[in-house]
Amino acid sequence: MPFAIETVDLTKDYAVGFWRQRPRRALDRLSLQVEAGEVFGFLGPNGAGKTTTLKLLLQLVFPTSGEARILGRPPGDLVAKRRLGYLPENPYFYDYLTAEELLTYFGGLFGLRAADRRQRVSTLLDEVGLGSERRLQLRKFSKGMLQRVGIAQALLNEPDLVILDEPMSGLDPLGRRDVRSLILRLRDRGCSVFFSSHVLSDAEALCSRVAILAKGKLVASGRLSDILAFSVRGWELVVADLREEVLTAITSRVSRAVPIGGGRFELEVPTATPPDQLLTDLTATGARLVSLNPIRETLEDFFVERVTQPR
Amino acid sequence: MRTLGWIAINGFRESVRDKVLYSLVVFAILLIGASYLLGQLTAGQDFKIMKDLGLSSIALFGLFMAVFIGIGLVSKEVERRSIYGLLAKPVRRHEIVLGKFAGLVLTLTVNIAIMTVALYAVLAYVGWGEDEFARQAREAPALDPALLKAVVLILVQLMIVTATALFFSTFSTPILSAFLTFGVYVAGYFSQDLRNFDQVVSSKPVQLLARGLYYVLPNLSPFDITSQVVHGLPVGWRYMTVTMAYGFVYVAILLTLGATIFSRRDFK
Repeated sequence: MPFAIETVDLTKDYAVGFWRQRPRRALDRLSLQVEAGEVFGFLGPNGAGKTTTLKLLLQLVFPTSGEARILGRPPGDLVAKRRLGYLPENPYFYDYLTAEELLTYFGGLFGLRAADRRQRVSTLLDEVGLGSERRLQLRKFSKGMLQRVGIAQALLNEPDLVILDEPMSGLDPLGRRDVRSLILRLRDRGCSVFFSSHVLSDAEALCSRVAILAKGKLVASGRLSDILAFSVRGWELVVADLREEVLTAITSRVSRAVPIGGGRFELEVPTATPPDQLLTDLTATGARLVSLNPIRETLEDFFVERVTQPR
Repeated sequence: MRTLGWIAINGFRESVRDKVLYSLVVFAILLIGASYLLGQLTAGQDFKIMKDLGLSSIALFGLFMAVFIGIGLVSKEVERRSIYGLLAKPVRRHEIVLGKFAGLVLTLTVNIAIMTVALYAVLAYVGWGEDEFARQAREAPALDPALLKAVVLILVQLMIVTATALFFSTFSTPILSAFLTFGVYVAGYFSQDLRNFDQVVSSKPVQLLARGLYYVLPNLSPFDITSQVVHGLPVGWRYMTVTMAYGFVYVAILLTLGATIFSRRDFK
């Protein structure tokens, strides 16, 4: 089975300057594979080259070198495009059209038959919560509503691969929750989802794998558990019935002790202190264990560390 | 072909929902109506004045539509980034150029048809109840079908202007495209002068430049048969066919060039 997306040494230089044009590298030898059926997060700060990569995949720009394949075919291939859905960042659609007309137009471009098209347009508008605004011109839509129209048009053809450029951008918390559940629904029906974002919590909640891009270069890629598992930064211990003198006695063994109400304390234990030994000592004094959790490095910590380190 | 049709229909819908277009058509119809008043000022020339002004209004307002809508067809898609969503659909880039062109030609055809009906309506109103003597004295009938020949050639000429505007807009800004298109339009009327430039100037490079421009720029004056039609002079079918064929070939060349440039362009 071919990869949903595959790039090999994909590179893009843009010419900058007016009189004396010189190349500026926006993407530098990017090689990655997105497997069929997975949700893949493409992360990086603004200006990292995420949108350039998506544009290369959609043949909105042409590569300087390297190659890309979408659903096993070159970018721009009509067979691949028939199975592809795409949501641009801050989407703009023809504002003189209504939501229904826009989807009908795009449905026509996908070659949907009139009856199927009407059915699909109606279902999708209801699904993204725009059923009652279907006959409103898009110029009267808010940013969040436009984003929803964008999502609907990306799903018109029941795609096998969906590329979403900053899908949460402009959405309120409810909208973000809807998009998250939509992405999970797409995954459940076997659709590959490739989305770019700089909101890391989205990636943590949704992705099976991520790639992190900084200054046009891939700085990390892999399963979230692989990227983050090795870096347990300590333990979070919540205990009840902890007596004052016991707390004083263990001060040197914990990095932080915070009372959290109900006579309970949250203790942060550094990796140097084995948590099982501390736990044994505490329970011997009559304290009761409520919970014990590892403090892992979050994607945000990892991201900040990798994209800011000197290269 | 189906894709092209969808893009053309959407382009047509964009034009008809643009209020500027309506104001242009209304203004043109007012001008055609006003030609009646001007006709009254001249003795025995009223129909000639009305036909002349009517056809000129159609050509002029058609030109405005062709240029101002033509330069925005592609550049607006790129500027507003709606091209991103469109190109992700199963659409080839040259289909966008051809579909946009077809959409504007459809818009022009509909609007020119409306203006032509307005012109015939004014002519019919003035000619109604006219005595036999006055009718005999005219070189051409009031409701002369030959006016349609002039209108058809105006439409083909506007197709050249549209293709020119579209061609320029595939690689330059809308303002520059408008200037260049108007430049080509004006120069297109002086095509014969460019051909005879070597009889006026002795400088070899200037002669070569003029000759080069003569071959590159469209020759638009054959499309203007207003004075023949107004004066009741015959315009043969052979002339019509050759002129239209020239127009279509020129349009095809411009569209091929425009589509080629557009197909290789980066949308940053």
